Amino acid sequence: MIVVEKLIKSYNSNRVLHGVDHAQERGQAVVLIGPSGCGKSTFLRCLSQLEIADSGRITIDDVSIEGGRAPRNSIERERQRQLRMRAGMVFQQFNLFPHLTVLQNITEAPMVVKGVSREEAEEHAKMLLGKVGLAQKAESYPAQLSGGQQQRVAIARALAMQPQVMLFDEPTSALDPELRDEVLKVMRDLAEEGMTMIVVTHEMQFARDMADQVLFFEGGLVAESGPPEQIFGDAQNERTREFVSRSVRK
Amino acid sequence: MSGTARLSRVTVYSLLFVLLLASRPFTVLADDHLAAIKSSGVLAWGGDAEGGGPYSYPDPEHPEKIIGFEVELADALATRLGLKAKMVQNQWDQLIPALDRGSFDIILNGLERTPENQQHIAMSVPYFVYAQQIVTRKDTAGLDTVEKLKGKTVGALSGSASLKLLENTVGIDVKNYPGNVETLRDLKAGRIEAVVLDLPMAQFYAAPEPDLKFAGDSFAPGYYAVGVRKEDANLLASVNQALIEFTRDGTYERIYRKYNVWDGRQASLKDFKADAVVQKKAISTLREWPKYLPLLLKGATTTIKISVLAMALAVVAGLVLVLVRMYAIAPLRWLAQAYVEIIRGTPLLIQLFLIYYGLPEIGIKLNAFFAGILGLGLNYAANESENYRAGIQAIPRGQTEAAQALGMSQWQCLRHIILPQALKLVIPPVTNDFIAMFKDSSIVSVITMVELTKVYGMLAMSTYDYIGLGLMTAGIYFALSYPASLFANYLERKWSYDRR
Ligand SMILES: Nc1ncnc2c1ncn2[C@@H]1O[C@H](COP(=O)(O)OP(=O)(O)O)[C@@H](O)[C@H]1O
Ligand SMILES: [Mg+2]
Repeated sequence: MIVVEKLIKSYNSNRVLHGVDHAQERGQAVVLIGPSGCGKSTFLRCLSQLEIADSGRITIDDVSIEGGRAPRNSIERERQRQLRMRAGMVFQQFNLFPHLTVLQNITEAPMVVKGVSREEAEEHAKMLLGKVGLAQKAESYPAQLSGGQQQRVAIARALAMQPQVMLFDEPTSALDPELRDEVLKVMRDLAEEGMTMIVVTHEMQFARDMADQVLFFEGGLVAESGPPEQIFGDAQNERTREFVSRSVRK
Repeated sequence: MSGTARLSRVTVYSLLFVLLLASRPFTVLADDHLAAIKSSGVLAWGGDAEGGGPYSYPDPEHPEKIIGFEVELADALATRLGLKAKMVQNQWDQLIPALDRGSFDIILNGLERTPENQQHIAMSVPYFVYAQQIVTRKDTAGLDTVEKLKGKTVGALSGSASLKLLENTVGIDVKNYPGNVETLRDLKAGRIEAVVLDLPMAQFYAAPEPDLKFAGDSFAPGYYAVGVRKEDANLLASVNQALIEFTRDGTYERIYRKYNVWDGRQASLKDFKADAVVQKKAISTLREWPKYLPLLLKGATTTIKISVLAMALAVVAGLVLVLVRMYAIAPLRWLAQAYVEIIRGTPLLIQLFLIYYGLPEIGIKLNAFFAGILGLGLNYAANESENYRAGIQAIPRGQTEAAQALGMSQWQCLRHIILPQALKLVIPPVTNDFIAMFKDSSIVSVITMVELTKVYGMLAMSTYDYIGLGLMTAGIYFALSYPASLFANYLERKWSYDRR
């Protein structure tokens, strides 16, 4: 359902992605690991079209986009929007809208982008809030929530657009350790429901438990990929073994 | 015994000393001022060379040099007193307070010898007989007496005898101007139907204009005289003596003929007999506030109207400007940026003059009210757009990314995510500008709007109670701006979502 072919991305003259290939079935949870600065965030940002790849092709579901240039006409812009709506993004820093209540954070995009009615959007939002365990916080503002609660709202906000795939960029890295589990639990539930996911994380236990497939990124390429048992127990690549043992010791 | 005698002698000396001190302001100082002028060798005279022809004006051939019949008269007067004349430039309708402050020794600048002027300063024997002249456009017929000006809009110079004469005639819509040039320009532009001004100015500025004409004969003659501080009795006596000699030795005729202002009336200067001036009691506007406060409040309503409307324009136009500047295609973006830089880099006064006096030349004629709102509004729009820009740039990048990742277009993101947050951020700077606007709006008085500061100036000019009126006026401005800042504080508190 997700196919990425020969994705290349540079910032100015600094090439970050060197031709990444990736294919993923519906319902699969993929975890991306790798040293800092190796291009994991860039990869997710290309999928959600926050960055335009230099070349290569991204396909999610029935929408396919070539890299090369930002959309220039309404047809290209519409295609980009379709791709973005198929990928829900969860950021390390939550990026909730501080001027809107929790409920409004979730209903805003469906109403503005999809033209969903307020009643329908609110009903859906309340259902999602229940799912992430925050039904009683609907009328709060983001600043009134803990980090863990904010990140759960951010997940609900992305889910409200009914994406085909959820992209998580280090969703627990900005959280105090005691707040991480509540977010990880929500993600676990999602995976069990069959949500297609790509998760960038340093939570090795989570990767081991949840991942259908683990990608080890290095130097802008997928250095090794396989089921968690392989990556964590019997990695083929020397660098993978090094990285995993260092991460687990931590 | 001897102790008592010594004591009484000390008492007498002390008393004498105190008397001496006490008498200084009345006698010694008055003497001293003439003496001080003589010892400095310079007679400083106040006048306004801006639009001051033929009295004192920049020589068209050598604009750095001021010429005029009063310049030569001042030279003649100074020479007669054994001094050198030095002109001090001062806005015409503020000459009397400036004399009071000691900015110069005498006023020699078409100051009418009227009882009003003599309430506050002493005036010499006259040196010129002026008369009033009505000027209209060529195609206007029948406005050749003051009586016929009733029901018309008529312009005159601020603080002049012409203005007083018009204001004392019921039924004329009088507009007052800071200078002759602006008055005649508005006449040509059709904003006013006639101008009443002193004959020499009419001859100098209006006669050469092909579109304008003198309507009827000159009328209501009066005298120009030299103004002197009341305590400078000796200076006044010397000036009077010199001026009387000028009627005999032909100095007046020689100078006035040179500037083409000599006429039959000037011959009567030598027959002048001074009337006694009845001194009115000094006015305390604070004590008589029920009479003056309503006039100031009426000016304040104009100030409020102009400030509020101009600010509304600025807030909306500033938003359009910032959106164009930040999000439009390149050429439009440059235009918006150039607009902001040019408006911020040039004085508001010049912008107002261009809108009010410049636009009619290309066929756009706005009345003073709209020109004022447009000028202030467009000027402030540049500032507001910079406020907005700072606000928008202060919103973290993650907000845009979150909105885009949810599928919002650039406009949807701006409209629903960025602007609502940015607008809250800019409440304090925009309120500050609004408060500044109340004060800046006084500048529209230069295009004939009578707002609070103008009313203050006009009342102060006729009562000379600058302090009492000033306190009342300042009080009104404060009463306007303080609630505005309270309201801003309230909005800020009400709209804060990031405080628990
Ligand atoms: N906006 C940007 N401009 C320039 N360089 C960037 C930008 N974003 C990321 N980079 C660079 O690209 C490389 C990969 O970054 P990133 O994808 O964030 O890595 P990771 O998420 O794996 O830590 C890093 O060297 C980083 O400095
Ligand atoms: Mg990263």
